[in-house]
Amino acid sequence: MNKFHSCEGLVAPLDRANVDTDAIIPKQFLKSIKRSGFGQNLFDEWRYLDHGEPGMDVIQRQLNLDFVLNQSRYRGAQVLLTRANFGCGSSREHAPWALQDYGFRVIIAPSFADIFFSNCFKIGLLPIVLDENIVEQIFHAVSVTEGYRLTVNLENQTVTTPSGEVYAFDVDPFRKHCLLNGLDEIGLALQYADKIKVFEEKRRMEQPWLFT
Amino acid sequence: MQTLYDKLWQSHIVHEESDKPDGMVLLYIDRHLVHEVTSPQAFEGLRLAGRKPWRLDSILAVADHNVPTTERSYGISDPISRLQVETLDQNCEELGITEFKMNDLRQGIVHVIGPEQGATLPGMTVVCGDSHTSTHGAFACLAFGIGTSEVEHVLATQCLLMKKAKTMQILVEGELGHGVTAKDIALAIIGKIGTAGGTGYAIEFSGSAIRALSMEGRMTLCNMAIEAGARAGMIAVDETTIEYIKGRPFAPKGKLWEKAVAYWRTLKSDEGVTFNRVVGLDATQVKPQVTWGTSPEMVATVDGRVPDPSQIADAVKRHDMEHALKYMGLAPNMPISEIYLDKIFIGSCTNSRIEDLRAAAEVVKGRHIAANIKLAMVVPGSGLVKQQAEQEGLDRIFRDAGFEWREPGCSMCLAMNDDRLAPGERCASTSNRNFEGRQGPGGRTHLVSPAMAAAAAVAGHFVDVREIY
Repeated sequence: MNKFHSCEGLVAPLDRANVDTDAIIPKQFLKSIKRSGFGQNLFDEWRYLDHGEPGMDVIQRQLNLDFVLNQSRYRGAQVLLTRANFGCGSSREHAPWALQDYGFRVIIAPSFADIFFSNCFKIGLLPIVLDENIVEQIFHAVSVTEGYRLTVNLENQTVTTPSGEVYAFDVDPFRKHCLLNGLDEIGLALQYADKIKVFEEKRRMEQPWLFT
Repeated sequence: MQTLYDKLWQSHIVHEESDKPDGMVLLYIDRHLVHEVTSPQAFEGLRLAGRKPWRLDSILAVADHNVPTTERSYGISDPISRLQVETLDQNCEELGITEFKMNDLRQGIVHVIGPEQGATLPGMTVVCGDSHTSTHGAFACLAFGIGTSEVEHVLATQCLLMKKAKTMQILVEGELGHGVTAKDIALAIIGKIGTAGGTGYAIEFSGSAIRALSMEGRMTLCNMAIEAGARAGMIAVDETTIEYIKGRPFAPKGKLWEKAVAYWRTLKSDEGVTFNRVVGLDATQVKPQVTWGTSPEMVATVDGRVPDPSQIADAVKRHDMEHALKYMGLAPNMPISEIYLDKIFIGSCTNSRIEDLRAAAEVVKGRHIAANIKLAMVVPGSGLVKQQAEQEGLDRIFRDAGFEWREPGCSMCLAMNDDRLAPGERCASTSNRNFEGRQGPGGRTHLVSPAMAAAAAVAGHFVDVREIY
């Protein structure tokens, strides 16, 4: 997994609530058996005017210039600012893969859907929950300030604005530890292989019908 | 005192990362269901790390998302879809994982075949790289969808690192009216608490209306828990649960059956236990539901109207509603019954089981789809559901009414195969998501129950199914 310490990056505002994983990465791109290359199809139906299919050369496609990520002022954004319940819908990890592959390292919203939230941590993408009013303030600041950037520090659990305001955010200590060190969760869990085996044997004795 | 969720959680803890109640826990997984879309990268990761699956007999695999629902003897024509299904076949063969292949009679939607085979049993933790894994909670399982990294994690360790959720009880009391189904309860609940209402919670559905539901109805309800934001939905064990499981291929037999049943009967919340949140719903007041927007919470009753954004004070909500109505091509205040349809889809892990097909067939029997309906299709949830429906003559009823009778799979619920809406087409669908582009780019989805979809097929527009049969 990619390590995450801090990020000082341009903020792109996606002013919609309940952005679902079908919107983040449409189903036709889920046919890939690879883990990479999804960034060019992030928000495909909003980002392009023509219909996208796997294998198409995106350079040839018609951009929807009204879509926020296509505006030149947000090119190279690393922080996505959005509204409540971001990532609702399916469990597809392709959604965080696409966001990360596009270049985002942090997503800030008032709330996230559970599976999406958990999936982000597995790949080193940091979802940050900030109070709705703070999110609203940042939305306003982004709209009136071209080149608006935020500094995110995971160690200190802070988001700092260009004018020096500091917002604290919560993160589970275990997830933080894994992100800071880029730890492989499977490797961590396998440290308890003996405990897993003991648990499993007990279960096999007590509920043998689960093991057929 | 414990809730059902507490009991399921507690009984699967292998290791606790900290002594804090909200710390990470290593949780044991009993059943791992696998499909072709979210597993290839997990198998690849396992291979690259030189790891092997921890417990092969916990895994059941099936291809469902990409499979064609038309004649299958020629295989899958789309090369990318074909490669994904072949990759699953190869991974399963190589590792010795049980898989129901495309032309196996037992093949079907993963959330239909698990319970159908008895591979989903009470007290289990069940996971799958698919958000609708919540379906299996109908059997008093802790069942939830996971991402691909977690699929790999379960393959390698038989465990997941999890944080405990809060508990929500949704209490549905009273008798459902004629023509009102579990799907209507699900949509009414989502309309009430919103698609983020269950975020951070595990939901237990209880009350007299839930106990009166068949297992098919309970699966429909738990299936939609994720649409209310809850990763897991569940229902306590009762006689209905036990009767359903009895005799299924993976279910225990003989003495083990007796022992299992005795344990299963303990799988309910203790009397008087406190939940973090309780939501009530009066079943007698639930009417047939129809979604009008691009989120399952954008729902109205069939006798209602499309809402008017100008009446909404909250700016974000108003903006979303305007956007949804534009996408859906609907005018504010328009009666739901004046929404005309192009296509009808009866299927998906929400509503493709035998009871769903019976309910739809009862409505269309002796009738015909309306002239404006370009395509009406029934996609049974599994080969076995299809077979049973055919034995009951339901296929005949549907065909006579002008429906197409297809092979099992996810089909037009998410349109990864060839079944999809064209831009602008409007569909009454028994599936679970009405997101933009879900059933095809530019497609417009209205979520309804099977009986309501059938009635809409006959009328050509939404009608109150209670008035036509």
